[in-house]
Amino acid sequence: MLEVDDISRSFGSRRVLDGVSFTVGAGRMTGFVGGNGAGKTTTMRIILGVLSSDSGTVALDGTRLTPADRALFGYMPEERGLYPKMKVAEQIVYLGRLHGMTPQAAKRSTDDLLERLGLGERANETVESLSLGNQQRAQIAAALVHDPEVLVLDEPFSGLDPMAVETVQAVLTEHAAGGAPVLFSSHQLDIVERLCDDLVVIAGGTIRAAGSRESLRAEHSEPRYEIELTADAGWVREVDGVRVVDLDGNYAQFEVDRGDEGLAAAQAVLTRALASGPVARFTPLHPTLAQIFKEVVA
Amino acid sequence: MSATTHRRADARPALPGLVKGTWLVAQRELTMRLRSKSFLISTAVLLLAILASIIVGGILSSTSSAPKVAAVAGTASVVEGVQGLDVTEAASADEAESLVRDGTVEAAVLPADTELGYELVALDEAPGTLVSLLSVAPPVQLLEPGDSDDGFLSYLIGIAFGVVFFMSAVTFGSTIAQSVVEEKQTRVVEILLSTISARELMAGKVVGNSILAFGQIALIAAMSVLGLSVTGQSALLGLLGPAIAWFIVFFVFGFVLIAALYAATAALVSRQEEVASVTSPVTTLVMIPYFLVIFFNSNETIMAIMSYVPFSAPIGMPLRLFLGDAAWWEPLVSLAVLAATTVVIIGIGSRIYSNSLLRTGARIKLRDALKG
Repeated sequence: MLEVDDISRSFGSRRVLDGVSFTVGAGRMTGFVGGNGAGKTTTMRIILGVLSSDSGTVALDGTRLTPADRALFGYMPEERGLYPKMKVAEQIVYLGRLHGMTPQAAKRSTDDLLERLGLGERANETVESLSLGNQQRAQIAAALVHDPEVLVLDEPFSGLDPMAVETVQAVLTEHAAGGAPVLFSSHQLDIVERLCDDLVVIAGGTIRAAGSRESLRAEHSEPRYEIELTADAGWVREVDGVRVVDLDGNYAQFEVDRGDEGLAAAQAVLTRALASGPVARFTPLHPTLAQIFKEVVA
Repeated sequence: MSATTHRRADARPALPGLVKGTWLVAQRELTMRLRSKSFLISTAVLLLAILASIIVGGILSSTSSAPKVAAVAGTASVVEGVQGLDVTEAASADEAESLVRDGTVEAAVLPADTELGYELVALDEAPGTLVSLLSVAPPVQLLEPGDSDDGFLSYLIGIAFGVVFFMSAVTFGSTIAQSVVEEKQTRVVEILLSTISARELMAGKVVGNSILAFGQIALIAAMSVLGLSVTGQSALLGLLGPAIAWFIVFFVFGFVLIAALYAATAALVSRQEEVASVTSPVTTLVMIPYFLVIFFNSNETIMAIMSYVPFSAPIGMPLRLFLGDAAWWEPLVSLAVLAATTVVIIGIGSRIYSNSLLRTGARIKLRDALKG
């Protein structure tokens, strides 16, 4: 488990992070979301030790991180890049060796990865001669060459072509399934929603919400339903304990209180609808991540 | 949780230590540079130019030395045993005269009714060298013997030290600067920093390029020594040898100093286009001693100051040693000053470098980079 505890950091007089704490559980795919300038990149840089924090600690399984532990991290910075004039394989071997691998192990791992990513035939070409999509694959290989045990990826999906998005998704799930803590940031909330088990929301340098996706959903939204009838749905407004959010002819969307009373109110709507004619649709609505995000950050 | 811990204790890869990380970076700098054709070609051209100038210089100085002279049977004894003469035997006085007329020899030694019993026959001017060779010179004793004060030679040697230092510092310094900015511009630097520290990275760059620079200097020195001994200018070599040796020692420290400055200043910008302008103060710092040595190489005061100022000591001190102007302890003091400055500059430089690497975009103010 990766634990970020009470991290603060200022640049000059500007406080970028203020008492940031959260955890990334083993095997948990954790999404890190927040607007531009919220502090995501700074937090990740501090986790990797690329940047120092003014106060606070980062620990892995209860012990404070040392540079040696960080060698086990796979990191993909938001601003990506490789040496344009170096050959693909040579470059990835070099990064593996900087992570402490022996030349043989780095070579073996590089060959395997490039083969898996479909870059086997391009291994001896320079990075600048690759297509953009292949450069992205090389970048993925660079983050994984040392078989990391913790993944920290800053906006791993931004700017990727759909094929590469799929590759990165597969890599993330594979590592999480193997028990590694995986932290990734993204402002493509739909991808986060689909992939992550846990969620950390940051805004203005403070953590606004953290927890599993389900618990956040339960916490941060009123239960909402939608119903579609074959006749006018105007009467839904009159049902006790129901707040109509949207009404359009035969269609109504409404909110109820949490708990049993709300459930009863929703059932009352359904009973009355069935009594008055055929019901085309009745669905509980889950709030999207975007809705939760808006609510938490606002 | 055990899944994340299983490698922490046992089979964890050994993180490259400070030295190993630095060496990996240095190795990369070396291989990338040695793979560049333009670097190899320019080095080869430089070495050939040095060898050529030494050989040409040697040939020019040797051709002027042995005057050609013709002698007949009666005067053969006069030129016999005189060092440095190229003697042609002529059958008769007439033949000797015609040799003088067609320019084959400078003069003819012919029997004559003079005090010496012979005379020199030349074409249109008195053969000065020959006259002095055949004269008896009185012994000379100097009360205050000067140094081998060959103004032109010391000028040339001063410029040679100046050019070599200036060229290496600027060539390899700007290579470091470009490589620093390349990493910032392509953003690869953040991946690097997640594995090694900024200090290791900078040290690796300085070490890698220093090895190349030292290698080039050593080759130049070896080529000069070789050239001088092959063309038989070993007397000059004896004078120059110690100066060259000191030059190499000073160069090692001076270059590291300048390399650190180039790395630190380059880290302030994020685009190759800005490298030249941000490193121009450093380039100027290297250029000033070069011009000083051209214009003031015979001015002892300025040379003495130059030989102690860290940026010009690698040029000034070896030149003064060659001229015999410096006492034995002077290079040691100057070297100590240079080494101390280098240590301080590396400290400041690596601070600027670490604080600037992740700030991309606009040029960073020096004050901000120092503050962190």
